[in-house]
Amino acid sequence: MKITLGAVVKGGTSLNYKTGSWRDQRPVLNIELCKACGVCESVCPDGAVHLVNEAYRIGYDYCKGCGLCAYECPADAIQMVAEEK
Amino acid sequence: MQETEVLEGSEAVAFAVKACRPQVISAYPISPQTHIVEALARMIADGEMDSEYVRVESEFSAASVISGASAAGSRSYTASSSQGLLLMTEVLYASAGMRLPFVITGVNRAISVPISIQVDHQDTISLRDSGVIQFYVESSQEAYDTHIAAFKIAEDPGILLPVSVCMDGWILTHSYERVSFLEQEEVDRFLPPFKPKNFLDVNDPKSWGSYAEEDVLMEFKYSIHRAMQYGKERIKEIFSELATITGRDHGGLIEAYRTRDAEVILVAMGSMVGTIKEAIDKLRSQGQRVGLIKIRCYRPFPFEDILDNIKVAKVVAVMDANFSMGSEGALGMDLKAKLCGRRGAPLVLDCVAGLGGREVNEKRVLEIVERAREVEESGLPLDEPYWAGLRPEILPEGAENDRQGKIG
Repeated sequence: MKITLGAVVKGGTSLNYKTGSWRDQRPVLNIELCKACGVCESVCPDGAVHLVNEAYRIGYDYCKGCGLCAYECPADAIQMVAEEK
Repeated sequence: MQETEVLEGSEAVAFAVKACRPQVISAYPISPQTHIVEALARMIADGEMDSEYVRVESEFSAASVISGASAAGSRSYTASSSQGLLLMTEVLYASAGMRLPFVITGVNRAISVPISIQVDHQDTISLRDSGVIQFYVESSQEAYDTHIAAFKIAEDPGILLPVSVCMDGWILTHSYERVSFLEQEEVDRFLPPFKPKNFLDVNDPKSWGSYAEEDVLMEFKYSIHRAMQYGKERIKEIFSELATITGRDHGGLIEAYRTRDAEVILVAMGSMVGTIKEAIDKLRSQGQRVGLIKIRCYRPFPFEDILDNIKVAKVVAVMDANFSMGSEGALGMDLKAKLCGRRGAPLVLDCVAGLGGREVNEKRVLEIVERAREVEESGLPLDEPYWAGLRPEILPEGAENDRQGKIG
């Protein structure tokens, strides 16, 4: 990607900037334990958790690995594991 | 035929700014800058000028207002001094990064403490790394001309950076000099309306100065440096284009005064240059080969032009009206950094001259030249800068082991 003069970017383009590379802890969802309650989706500060075909998925393009979903999950279905680069 | 008047330097600047038709002016009073924005306020109130005049609650806001106005596509202007310029610092770095081409008059005044309203260059020199282009002027006429060039330089599509025209407080802003003015039509032809490619527009939303990761920030900073380096040639072109209109050529990035065969060359900027020229004329009439380089453009630093003019010099004596505590003056550092390792480079004598309004008169200049001759004879630079006119006898107890100005 080329940089712009003055770091000027068009509005509504934040999805173009994938921030998942910041992550050093990766949330891993165990779909067997998940009750699809949606707590993870509601606490994710990056909007990186989504319901896809009635099952929750974590979008690693934007997840920064803060761990809120794993901490709040009432079914302990999310484990944080070290990100290997 | 240009109209000529005898008037205050501040008013001359206000006339230059008016002729450039800024759409937004922000103003916060601080001496010795105040007369400039007062004059502009009067011109607007009297209906002689059409501009949005924003009275703000601090210099931080003064800089923020013109930064936002510039992003919205308006030609914008403010002026400040001393502590006011320091309070703008954060905004000026950001504005240079956002490539916003406004103009600021930096009316030079010392920095507290001790509190002082007298002139030196510490305030604008403290902003040297911000990405703001800096010009220094010697006279009110040069201040007038340089402000008109400043907008065109700032708005050049290959530059797009804020420009600060630095002028010495009181000595220039409050003294009366003869100043010739351009006709409005001449300025309009030279400086077309500001039409940036990018500007804040509700129908095409954009964000300025967005976040950058470690993989791109260096390139952003490098591109500002590149714009400055490109500016070195472009600034000279714009200055000479203006000179053909005004009939007054103040020089390019520097003015070389009697340097061609000079063994000792002084380097200085601002109003003290006039006094130095007089002293040099006197020394020349006694057969001494002495010259002067006046720095007109400090950032970008005009090293190539300086080098071209100091080829035969044995000693270059830099007169810094600023000081980096624990090191030395900024001009001296810049020059030595570039001279280091060059075959046949002259010795550099660092002088601190004119801090806090300390007078730089002919006697002081002659002392510096004498000191430069001593350095030439010894073939060695001084360990410490030479503080011209320092009064060691009034230093507080415990400062007696002062060894400034000792050779070797």
